[in-house]
Amino acid sequence: MTSIHLVRDDLRPPGPAPRRHLISIADLTREDVVRLLGTAHVFEGSVTRHVKKLPTLKGYLVVNLFYESSTRTSSSFELAAKRLSADTLTVKSVGSSVDKGESLKDTALTLGAYDPDVIVIRHPQIGAPQLVARETSAHVVNAGDGKHQHPTQALLDLYTIQQHLGHLEGLHVAVVGDVLHSRVARSLLQAFDLVGVRCTLVGPPALLPRELDAEMTSDIDAIRDADVVYVLRMQSERMQAGANYVPSLREYTARWGITPERLRPGQKVMHPGPMNRGVELDQRVADSADSLIEAQVRSGLVVRMAVLYDVLTGGPTGVRALAAAEVA
Amino acid sequence: MEASGKTLLDADALARTLSRIAHEIIEANPSLDEVALVGIQTRGVPLAQRLARLIEERAGRAPELGAVDITFYRDDVRVRGGEAPLHAQPLVRETQLDFPLDGRTVVLVDDVLYTGRTIRAAIEALFDYGRPSRVQLAVIVDRGHRELPIRPDYVGKNLPTARSERIQVQLVEVDEVDRILLVPNPEEGSR
Repeated sequence: MTSIHLVRDDLRPPGPAPRRHLISIADLTREDVVRLLGTAHVFEGSVTRHVKKLPTLKGYLVVNLFYESSTRTSSSFELAAKRLSADTLTVKSVGSSVDKGESLKDTALTLGAYDPDVIVIRHPQIGAPQLVARETSAHVVNAGDGKHQHPTQALLDLYTIQQHLGHLEGLHVAVVGDVLHSRVARSLLQAFDLVGVRCTLVGPPALLPRELDAEMTSDIDAIRDADVVYVLRMQSERMQAGANYVPSLREYTARWGITPERLRPGQKVMHPGPMNRGVELDQRVADSADSLIEAQVRSGLVVRMAVLYDVLTGGPTGVRALAAAEVA
Repeated sequence: MEASGKTLLDADALARTLSRIAHEIIEANPSLDEVALVGIQTRGVPLAQRLARLIEERAGRAPELGAVDITFYRDDVRVRGGEAPLHAQPLVRETQLDFPLDGRTVVLVDDVLYTGRTIRAAIEALFDYGRPSRVQLAVIVDRGHRELPIRPDYVGKNLPTARSERIQVQLVEVDEVDRILLVPNPEEGSR
C-alpha cells in the first residue's frame, strides 16, 4: 500500500498572495511584464492632463532610500509616488546617519518604524533589497543593487521600445559597451528573454562577461542588424584600478563609440543615462530624431507609477486583455 | 459568460428603457450643446454610445461622448503585507474625455447603481479633468443598498435586491447579447 502523505499546505485553499516585491526581473513572468506595461500606458492619460495627480495611493508612505547617487531614478520614483498621492520620504546616504556609519539593517529598522508601505532602495551591494524586505514589513522595490539588477530601468526600456516600435516580440536589440559592470544589462537581458526580443551584446572582450547566456561579439558592425542600439555608460567608478578593461577611453570611443556613420538611418538609439557624451555616444546621435533617450526618462515616470501600484495591489486584472486588444 | 439567472429585462425591454432615458435627457436639458454623456467603464461606455445615438435621432444633434475609468479612484485599493485586496482590482481601461468639461452638463452613464461608491469615484475623476457646471446620473438599474448620498437623475428600472444577489447587465458590445439577469448568490462564500 502506498501511504499518502498529506502536506498540510496542499489542503489549504490558496491563501493570499505572498507579499509582493520587485527585486529582480527574474521574479517576473511574461504576464507580469505585460500587465505592468499595460498599467503604465493607462497612466499616460493622467500625466498629460491639467490635474496630473491621481488619488490612488492616498495615505500610503513610499520611502526612497538611496545609497548611490542618482538623478533620474530617485526623482522619477519620488514624482511617481506623488502623482499617485502617496506621501514620500527620500533618504540619501549623504547627509543622513549612513554618513555616521549606521548599518543598512539599522537604517531599515529605523525607517520601518514609520510603517512605510513601499521602500525603494538603491544600494551598491547585491542583496541589499532582500535585506530590507526581511527587516521591514514594506513592499520593496529594487532601484539598483550593485551590478546585479535594475528592474525598473529594464521595464521602462521595454515600455519605451513598445511605444516607439509598436511591439516587442521579434525585435533585435544590440546592447553596446560595458556589460560587465552593468546591472541595467543584466535586467534587460532577462526582460528581453521574457518578451521575445533578440539581444546581441557588443563591446570590448574584457567587458563582456562570459557567464551571461547571450549572443556576444566585439565587432561593432554587429549593431547594423539591430532595430535598436542600446548604449551603456562607461562606468569608470566601477572599474578596478589597474584592471585594464580597455586601453583608454579614447581607444574605446574609436572602436565602439556610437557615431552616425555606424548607424543605419531609422535605427533607434537608447541609453540609460547618465551619458558620457563623446565617449560611448556621439553628440550628434544623442540629439538626433532617432534617439529615444528623452522618451526613456518620460517612460520612467509612468512605469514607476505602475510598479508602485502593482506591488501594492497585486495589479489590476484585465490589463492583459487591454494590451492584447491594442496590439490587434 | 454564463446565463444562470432570471432574466429581468430582455433585449426589447432594454431598448425601450434606453429610449425613455434618452427622451428624459432631452427634456431635462434644453440646450443639448452643453450636454456630454460620459460612460463609466466598462458597460457604461456602450450604454452612453447608444443613448447618444438615440438623442441624435430625436433631437438632431449628438451630445459629446466620453468614457471614464475609475480604477485609480477606488477607495479599496489597499493591500498590505499579503492581505488579499477587498475586491479584485477591476479592469483598467482608459479615460477618454476629448472635450473641455468646464461649463458642461455631464451625464454619467452606468449599468447598475448599487452602493454609490463607483459614482463617487467617477465624479472625483471627472473633476480632475475640469469643472462641469452640473453632473447628472443615468443608470439602467437601481438595485438599492446605497452607502453614500447619491441618487440617479434617470433610472431605467428600480429593482430591489438582496445584497447576496447580483444584477448582471449583458450588452451586445461586450457580452454578445442584450439582457439583464438576476443572479442569486453568484460566488457563495468566496467573500
